[in-house]
Amino acid sequence: MRNVLAIAGRELRAYFDAPVAYIVVVTFLAVTGWLFFSQLFLIDRATARVLFAPSPFSPSFLIVVLAPAITMRLLAEERKTGTIELLTTMPLTDAQLVIGKFLAGLGLLSVALFLTIAYPISVSMIGPLDWGPVVAGYVGLLLFSASLVAIGVFCSSLTDNQIVAFITSFLVSATLYYVLWLQILVPVTWAPVVEYVSVSFHLDNMARGVIDTRDVLYYLSVTAGALFLAVQSVSRQHA
Amino acid sequence: MAGTAEPPSEAIVEACSLEKNYGATRAVRDITFRVRRGEVVGLLGPNGAGKSTTMKMLTGYLRPTGGGAIVGGISVDENPLGAQQKIGYLPENAPLYDDMMVCDFLSFVGTVRGVTGVELAKRLRIVCDRCGLTDVLGKDIGQLSKGYRQRVGLAQALIHDPDVLILDEPTSGLDPNQIVEIRSLIRELGQDKTVLLSTHILPEVQASCSRVIIISQGVLVADDTPSALVDGNTGAVIRLIVAPTPGESLVVADVERRLAGVPGVGSIEGGAGEGGDSIGFRVRANVDSDPRAGLSRAIADAGFALLEMHRERASLEETFRNLTRKEADDA
Repeated sequence: MRNVLAIAGRELRAYFDAPVAYIVVVTFLAVTGWLFFSQLFLIDRATARVLFAPSPFSPSFLIVVLAPAITMRLLAEERKTGTIELLTTMPLTDAQLVIGKFLAGLGLLSVALFLTIAYPISVSMIGPLDWGPVVAGYVGLLLFSASLVAIGVFCSSLTDNQIVAFITSFLVSATLYYVLWLQILVPVTWAPVVEYVSVSFHLDNMARGVIDTRDVLYYLSVTAGALFLAVQSVSRQHA
Repeated sequence: MAGTAEPPSEAIVEACSLEKNYGATRAVRDITFRVRRGEVVGLLGPNGAGKSTTMKMLTGYLRPTGGGAIVGGISVDENPLGAQQKIGYLPENAPLYDDMMVCDFLSFVGTVRGVTGVELAKRLRIVCDRCGLTDVLGKDIGQLSKGYRQRVGLAQALIHDPDVLILDEPTSGLDPNQIVEIRSLIRELGQDKTVLLSTHILPEVQASCSRVIIISQGVLVADDTPSALVDGNTGAVIRLIVAPTPGESLVVADVERRLAGVPGVGSIEGGAGEGGDSIGFRVRANVDSDPRAGLSRAIADAGFALLEMHRERASLEETFRNLTRKEADDA
């Protein structure tokens, strides 16, 4: 655990030492704020649902872009500069390394998510806000982010080129995100499969305020699966 | 081979029939050696001979295709983390995090290595003192010169006070002054640590190592002290200057014929004019023989005067070329 935290801490510092973290946080706050308030007055009700509900252009889609951006260098850069050799010859398992990197990426996104809490708070000051769905929505976004960060870490482990890492993880994440709106293109019998696979379908449930174990399990298994693959990919590189 | 006769309890690094294949390429073939506590051993070989691969297997970065390694009594294969805790490793080209400050980086490595709190502060002070890093602690690693980078690399290898230091080409890419600095640092470290360093620079071995292991084409071709290695594989060179008896002139072929008859003489090159009538000769002695007495007697018997005789030990360069070329020819 100490090792995991040391890796995560180093990565988080690297984010905040460079402008990366600030750019990510500010972009996220600005775009979600604009989406949030522009729709809030159209709906004319005290709700924070806009913040969580997935749609082709929503805060969750922003995470589909930002997660690959913040995870692309995590392992690819270590490979490029050779520091991976330093890390893997320290008393540190590949799993500890991968989980440390994952926690750093998720940590940065969590900071951005946490700061958006200012929006529901401002809504609650102008009207009665039901906090239940807000809490469920945040849990959903956090789980959703964890899946995408894990996918990003896996894609970063496959290459020493950050651009390649970004594009692959963006393509994987965007496919899993948009497949929900593309299901008109597949036969009706496939609909449940498409829904089950889609990262946005499960988020929709939570945005409505329902924390269903099936949705939680879905996100946890995507996260665990991607991290497992990342560990395999790292250990294969020094086999 | 000097190393292998010692009792095994003393060995702190053991490579047992290490093998590594990359696809069809056999990068390392059946390499076995031992490093005893307190030794400074040089792993020598041409580029691409398998030095780095061998070191990577010792440090647990690469898994060997066959054989195994034991460091500090712990099998690297069975308990990599335990063995890695005993090793300080500086990979080739000192890969470091350029965006970190020196002190942050060393603390990070220390933490992962299990050195924390007061102990970490103490180790940081000792290590920075030893590697001369006190002035650059607050600088980003990316701004440092190559020499300082190498020192930071050494410092991170030392932070947890390991028994064994494994250094992959610690002086490559440095300027002559930096090379001297790093070498003297390594010699200093060798006083209380076991050091295994790789290099393709021969004077480095003579300057720093008590023992040399030569690898060529993935095969171990020699394992001995530098001087024994030279004497055992390449004969000395003896330079002579011979003058004729007054009034006569010297026929090179005649002198060569006479000298060739002396036991222990391998080959002769003659004819270098020395001014006047005297002529210089370069005699290559056979391995393990000293024909100097025979040579002077042969010259005196022929009625010539021996003006000068000087024996030069063969250099490690020659020995290295002999050993590694032989292997390349065999392959």
